[in-house]
Amino acid sequence: RFSGIDFEIIIIDDGSPDGTQEVAQQLEKIYGSDKIVISLCISVLKLFLFPSGTAYIHGMKYATGNFIVIMDADLSHHVRLLFMYSGKQKEGNFDIVSGTRYKGNGGVYGWDLKRKLISRGANFLTQVLLRPGASDLTGSFRLYRKEVLQKLMEKCVSKGYVFQMEMLVRARQLGFTIGEVPISFVDRVYGESKLGGNEIVSFLKGLLTLFATT
Amino acid sequence: MTKLGQWLCGLALLGSAWAALALAPPGLQPPAPLRQALLPLPVYLLVAFGCYSLATVGYRLATFNDCEEAAAELQEHIKVARADLRRRGLRL
Repeated sequence: RFSGIDFEIIIIDDGSPDGTQEVAQQLEKIYGSDKIVISLCISVLKLFLFPSGTAYIHGMKYATGNFIVIMDADLSHHVRLLFMYSGKQKEGNFDIVSGTRYKGNGGVYGWDLKRKLISRGANFLTQVLLRPGASDLTGSFRLYRKEVLQKLMEKCVSKGYVFQMEMLVRARQLGFTIGEVPISFVDRVYGESKLGGNEIVSFLKGLLTLFATT
Repeated sequence: MTKLGQWLCGLALLGSAWAALALAPPGLQPPAPLRQALLPLPVYLLVAFGCYSLATVGYRLATFNDCEEAAAELQEHIKVARADLRRRGLRL
């Protein structure tokens, strides 16, 4: 099915009692524990929680490929889009390929007007303040060259949405090249991405911190 | 230089230029019409930027794509994948 691309899947479980481990073990039995790596390959980190730095670091230890793709595991990011990431990376030999919901035919499903407004407003503010050279900074569907991800993990300190932003901002600082592909984000298939007052406040705090320190 | 640094430098530059021209002592003042336009300029620019921001965010909000087909396709794929995994022995 993934003709031409070798891949392996790394599942990171935070130990919460939602049955993840049992399913993962069954999958391992079905597909074999050596989904393999020869020349170009993509490790897919499927994170069952909102991605956090420790999960990335943990997963990277097991990854044996040249590139690492990080994506949400609640099916809001579709695996078939990986072809586009791979293609884009080869096209420009990019260090990072970032999925954008805001350009081309990228978009979302399952968001009401208020959510979309907040998203666009926050992104506008980010563009004005940080001029980051990428259209979607809070998305979490990205492909990284393995060494690049390792380098960035050392430097990034924030959490949550801001962590995703910091990764791209630091990448630009360090001179890494970033390519973009439009992606569709299908929300609310399993679980809903949260956006309460807390998230907004911490986003603003993080944005201002990045503004003042990068 | 940090982004904050860039903004402060830019504002300091523009601010001092504006102050030099608009608030100059009587001997060095530019002609009256120019002064009349210069004095409220900062406020005008702020308002203009506010309008631009509203217009831009409004436009982007209106053109925010809704991925109907992606969602429908995903449901299809989930069904197929579930059936396939069940065949191979996965029990949820």
